[in-house]
Amino acid sequence: MADPSSETLLDVKDLAVHFQLGSKMFGFGDMKTLRAVEGVDLHVKAGECLGLVGESGCGKSTLALTILGLQKPTRGRIVLDGKEVNVATDRGHLARTVQMVFQDPYASLNPRQTVRRTLADPLRLHGVTNSDEVADRVAEMMARVGLRPEQADRYPHEFSGGQRQRIGIARALILKPKLVICDEPVSALDVSIRAQIINLLLELKDSMGLAYIMVSHDLGVVEHMSDRVAVMYLGRIVETGPWREIFERPAQPYTRALIAAIPDPFLPDTGTARGVRGEVPSPLDPPKGCAFHPRCPVAIDACKRAPGPHLVSRPNGHAVSCWRAEEPVAAVV
Amino acid sequence: MTSVPLLSVENLRLDLTSGGKTHPAVEGVSFDIAKGETFGLVGESGCGKSITALSIMSLLKPPLGVGGGKIRLDGREIQNLDAAETRKLRGKRISMIFQEPMTALNPLSPVGRQIAEMFVLHEGASWKEAERRAVDALANVRVPAPERRVRDYPHQLSGGMRQRVMIAIALACQPDLLIADEPTTALDVTVQAEILDLMRDLCSARGTAILMISHDLGLVANMCRRVGVMYAGRIVELRPSGDLFRAPSHPYTRGLVASLPRLGTRAASGQRKLQEITGTVPGIAAFPPGCRFHPRCTDMTDVCKATDPGVTQLSGGGAVRCHHHG
Repeated sequence: MADPSSETLLDVKDLAVHFQLGSKMFGFGDMKTLRAVEGVDLHVKAGECLGLVGESGCGKSTLALTILGLQKPTRGRIVLDGKEVNVATDRGHLARTVQMVFQDPYASLNPRQTVRRTLADPLRLHGVTNSDEVADRVAEMMARVGLRPEQADRYPHEFSGGQRQRIGIARALILKPKLVICDEPVSALDVSIRAQIINLLLELKDSMGLAYIMVSHDLGVVEHMSDRVAVMYLGRIVETGPWREIFERPAQPYTRALIAAIPDPFLPDTGTARGVRGEVPSPLDPPKGCAFHPRCPVAIDACKRAPGPHLVSRPNGHAVSCWRAEEPVAAVV
Repeated sequence: MTSVPLLSVENLRLDLTSGGKTHPAVEGVSFDIAKGETFGLVGESGCGKSITALSIMSLLKPPLGVGGGKIRLDGREIQNLDAAETRKLRGKRISMIFQEPMTALNPLSPVGRQIAEMFVLHEGASWKEAERRAVDALANVRVPAPERRVRDYPHQLSGGMRQRVMIAIALACQPDLLIADEPTTALDVTVQAEILDLMRDLCSARGTAILMISHDLGLVANMCRRVGVMYAGRIVELRPSGDLFRAPSHPYTRGLVASLPRLGTRAASGQRKLQEITGTVPGIAAFPPGCRFHPRCTDMTDVCKATDPGVTQLSGGGAVRCHHHG
């Protein structure tokens, strides 16, 4: 029997999600292809937290929805817990294996349902019919996320933001999934509440053996929670590796820019160290060559002509997509 | 300091009237901003930082209103001016930018016209002259091809470009004070960095003071020379920003600094778990008696439950509102 911690839980190969935009009428008009996710390979081991970082429009949410089976891929395959994801035939298996915690706990709970109903419905749908067992499991789940079981008959508006996110987490975990996708789980919460929720997620990961995909733009949160990190830019993963490698030896200029953009409260900012200009280009009209080259402080002519290289592996599980990744850092910083 | 500060807020109280009752949403708030200074107010939702900013602009509407205290600009009280006088101040002496530039801009008017309007209203320029100056104003906020961009409508611009337009409008008439309420919260991090650089560069070149409002302690400490930390309607600590992170004095500030998942702290401490502040932020109608932070405070004693702590001046500049400040 293999060590369960090294078991691959999720394996994504060459995944692409394209959207056709615009309309054609009688053969006229423009159809455009938006390549939201393009050729993504990634894996998550059981019990591991993968941080997925990128700015708005980079495709991280589309990738998450595709893994959840809520978006049909254009190409590629997703193997989850040993089974290829096929939304049409096995919705139930998918729901019992992968669940999601949403960003906004105000918008993602049904205001007309009590906490009990929100937590009990998934159980009943998945075959737990004995009402004593349902009540027990709801009470147990509430206690685990730090809510009092006697609050079960209250409605979402009676809870604070932090407590609502606890309900959202309880709903995601009630079916005991193996993988939980957390989409910006603390960014809508008050600053003094964020640490509580981060600690709760870390605790549940250990006690329930969960794997996470932590989708966030907040690098501080990602660094704290992740075992490995993947950085996305315009639909592609441009750098991936163990968290220490990514944060201490980032090799992609985009990763370096993201890290440099975080204001450091200990250093009065001079604004000189950043170098990245402009904004993320439209994914409808991505730049030719490496997609990051128009903003890249170290782009050379080769970057403008050839598309960004595939992820090239380096030591320590680190992989980078950059034409200049093999040069010494001093030459390209 | 002997000279008159640019802005002086003294013992400000802002009342919220709801259900026939009046609750003080902000109480006993005092701070000064010198000419050209950068000052930050930081706090969580409901702490009163945004309504403090709105009261300086005389933009509070019922059920909110000024319940007491004084707001002075160059030593002159401005909280009781009539509508015409207030309009002269807004945009000309004090201007403001908001979190979401899409809702703050007029969707039906080209951005160049919205900038030009400032010159027409406040400086009596002709429209022709004003439109020409709008191009320069856009160039100043580093919008590429400004002569074409002036004709764009807000929906044709990206979030970062819209915020640049807001800054161009706000700084058009060379105000003395720019109030920025969460100016980069809706933007991506790399764009945030550019917008902050732009604000810093333009304001320091023109001697414009900045009052920055944010929930992001790191960002405010990094942008501003001094920072006031607000909790439940009060400034609980006001410090030079370097001291705030290195030696926070109020238990709330200490808790916040320790609970932030900052870059590098996991590697340094070897710990994934963060220090937590227990409990939740109280609502305006339910501020606790005594020290408002006491139900969540680790240093709490009996005196904290009963008596509201006064302001203690700290050596080295700064003030704190705590019975047991460190």
